[in-house]
Amino acid sequence: MKKRMSVLTGALVATAVSATAAMAGTLDDVKARGELLCGVSTGLPGFSLPDDKGNWTGLDVDTCRAIAAAVLGDAKKVKFTPLTAKERFTALQSGEIDVLSRNTTWTHTRDTSLGVNFTGVNYYDGQGFMVQKALGVKSALELDGASVCIQAGTTTELNLADYFKLNGMKFSPVVYDTSDQTVSGFASGRCDILTSDQSQLYALRSKLDDPSKAEVLPEVISKEPLGPLVRQGDDAWFNIVKWTLFAQINAEELGVTSANVDTMLKSENPNVQRLLGTSGDAGAKLGLGANWAYEAIKQVGNYGEMFDRNVGPKTPLQISRGLNALWTKGGLQYAPPLR
Amino acid sequence: MSTNKDIATEPKRKSSALNDPQVRGYIFQTLLIAFLVWFGWVIFQNTLHNMESRGITTGFDFLQNPAGFEILMSLIPYSSNDTYGRTFVVGLLNTVLVAGLGIFFATILGFIIGIARLSKNWLVAKVASVYVETLRNIPLLLQIFFWYFAVLQPLPSPRQSIDFASAVFANNRGLYVPAPIAGDGLGAVIVIFFLGIIGSIFMVKWARKRQEATGQQFPVLYASLGLIIGLPIITYFILGAPLTWEMPELKGFNFKGGVRVIPELIALLLALTTYTASFIAEIVRAGIQSVAHGQTEAAAALGIRRSVALRLIIIPQAMRVVIPPLTSQYLNLAKNSSLATAIGYPDIVSVFMGTTLNQTGQAVEIVAMTMGVYLVISLTLSFFMNWYNKSMALKER
Ligand SMILES: N[C@@H](CCC(=O)N[C@@H](CS)C(=O)NCC(=O)O)C(=O)O
Repeated sequence: MKKRMSVLTGALVATAVSATAAMAGTLDDVKARGELLCGVSTGLPGFSLPDDKGNWTGLDVDTCRAIAAAVLGDAKKVKFTPLTAKERFTALQSGEIDVLSRNTTWTHTRDTSLGVNFTGVNYYDGQGFMVQKALGVKSALELDGASVCIQAGTTTELNLADYFKLNGMKFSPVVYDTSDQTVSGFASGRCDILTSDQSQLYALRSKLDDPSKAEVLPEVISKEPLGPLVRQGDDAWFNIVKWTLFAQINAEELGVTSANVDTMLKSENPNVQRLLGTSGDAGAKLGLGANWAYEAIKQVGNYGEMFDRNVGPKTPLQISRGLNALWTKGGLQYAPPLR
Repeated sequence: MSTNKDIATEPKRKSSALNDPQVRGYIFQTLLIAFLVWFGWVIFQNTLHNMESRGITTGFDFLQNPAGFEILMSLIPYSSNDTYGRTFVVGLLNTVLVAGLGIFFATILGFIIGIARLSKNWLVAKVASVYVETLRNIPLLLQIFFWYFAVLQPLPSPRQSIDFASAVFANNRGLYVPAPIAGDGLGAVIVIFFLGIIGSIFMVKWARKRQEATGQQFPVLYASLGLIIGLPIITYFILGAPLTWEMPELKGFNFKGGVRVIPELIALLLALTTYTASFIAEIVRAGIQSVAHGQTEAAAALGIRRSVALRLIIIPQAMRVVIPPLTSQYLNLAKNSSLATAIGYPDIVSVFMGTTLNQTGQAVEIVAMTMGVYLVISLTLSFFMNWYNKSMALKER
């Protein structure tokens, strides 16, 4: 009995210790593994979607690829884990993934009480409504009494209740776990409206059998800054994820693209030199090689390229830059200086 | 065993209670339980401590914070201003509702099909066995999806509802039936209904005693029907029918008024009922077949009618075999109801372990509370069924 007891106490102590040990050293883990573990959505065109060969594409996917390029020198060394809205935070907290990049809104509660840190914003969004055209509704204020399809565990659930309460309207929420079920509830007519972040509405609309039967209403009812996040308590890793996105945004501002990055290596511009590691030690300060940003830009592109390739006007989603334009072009994308 | 005997046969010697194997057994068991409780507590505290040090909020304070989201269906008044604690109760009641209704309907359907499988009519018996073999071999989740996505969602939209006598409407938003509105005096009718039930119970006891003493029978069935149904109906009309109906009506997007049964509840209930009934049917069939054929023959030899023999001789003996496995089917049904979250029925898993967990991030507390709920539901069910089992057990006279 005594012996068994000490074995158990030993096991307990071991769990306690390993739990604290897991807090630091994500960078070392990723390097040792040779692979970045990235949590994405289960399938959202333009943001993270696997093709029939299992290759992932999308803005959130590219955000992770850029990190892999900066850390491991190879944008392909990423393992993507599809997560529903309900599963995502637990997956990050428990160490199943290194980064969560899954159209996740930066909110106060999430930042302060989940033990996670948001590293930046890769897409400024806002919540909107999609309705069946046949209903003949032109404004969200005509939606009193409607049934609304939503996905469980999202900010969407909360904004929706606030918006209807503020406008003195009633609704009945139909809450599903996955976006496929949410879309099917909307398509079958279980709900009059589907609500989500606007970018996702366009993405989900493209999944309908006949996208022209649905339309997105003009109202935007909330602020949804979407971005990647990491576990709290590993500042080195936090800095890497944060500065990879900043490097991509700075690259766009400096006119550095995946096409011209090699010629830019000879640039006289000190800003470009610091970014590409031809002068200074920006990479070393992050614990990475001098070419960290070079690899990210060469293999994935700058922020603008990433945006245009996945959700821009030439893609099926046809989203214009809007809020996501650089601050120099009237948008909100602004990265602190790299110096 | 042998030591036990030795101690018993040896002349009584003053020895420490510690040497008594029974006392020792108790001591070790108490120690073990104390250790397990301590161990569980240490793990819980350790987890919370580790989470706290990683910046994850812990504790039960969140139960007092406003929830901020709406819930599709609630048996108690609920709005987004209410607390997370209340979302727990809303989810709990929705789980209890679907599990309770499921057990009720599955028992009835299961008994009918179980008896039908033994029918002498070839067609009836075959239909019943096809039912059992199909339903119990298809995964429950698929059956839930079948009812929800294949049967209920293709129903027409509210504006083209299927209309039964302009009182009951079915569409892809659910089933709308008139809602009863109580008038003055309806309370009296309800009181009389319950008095009727109590009266019948006493009457049954009295009739049994009288039959045992004198051998005379009393028409218990008709008399209790009169008490439970007849009397309240008479009162109802004497008081001038104090009940009106609120009809469902199409207003804007959806129906207003009446009682609405959401399709998520209907689909889940249908799936749970038909699936569990297939298992109950087998249990009932096995129970009836376990009663020795000699019992039926003996009853016939005594000139007892077949229906009476079934009711007084076969079923009571079959029940002893049926109840224990029936209990485990009830427990399964209650636990299976957590598949609700797959189609968005707002049960405790969907509302509390889903949305509330996600909005607060307090996984350990919420998962522990949810597990506690299922444990309490299961223990209550088993307790009740064990009590029923005891009352049905063979009483030797
Ligand atoms: N930005 C919101 C909502 C994110 C969200 O989950 N949106 C749904 C839209 S229906 C989605 O992307 N689903 C994709 C999936 O579950 O894979 C949040 O962070 O809570």
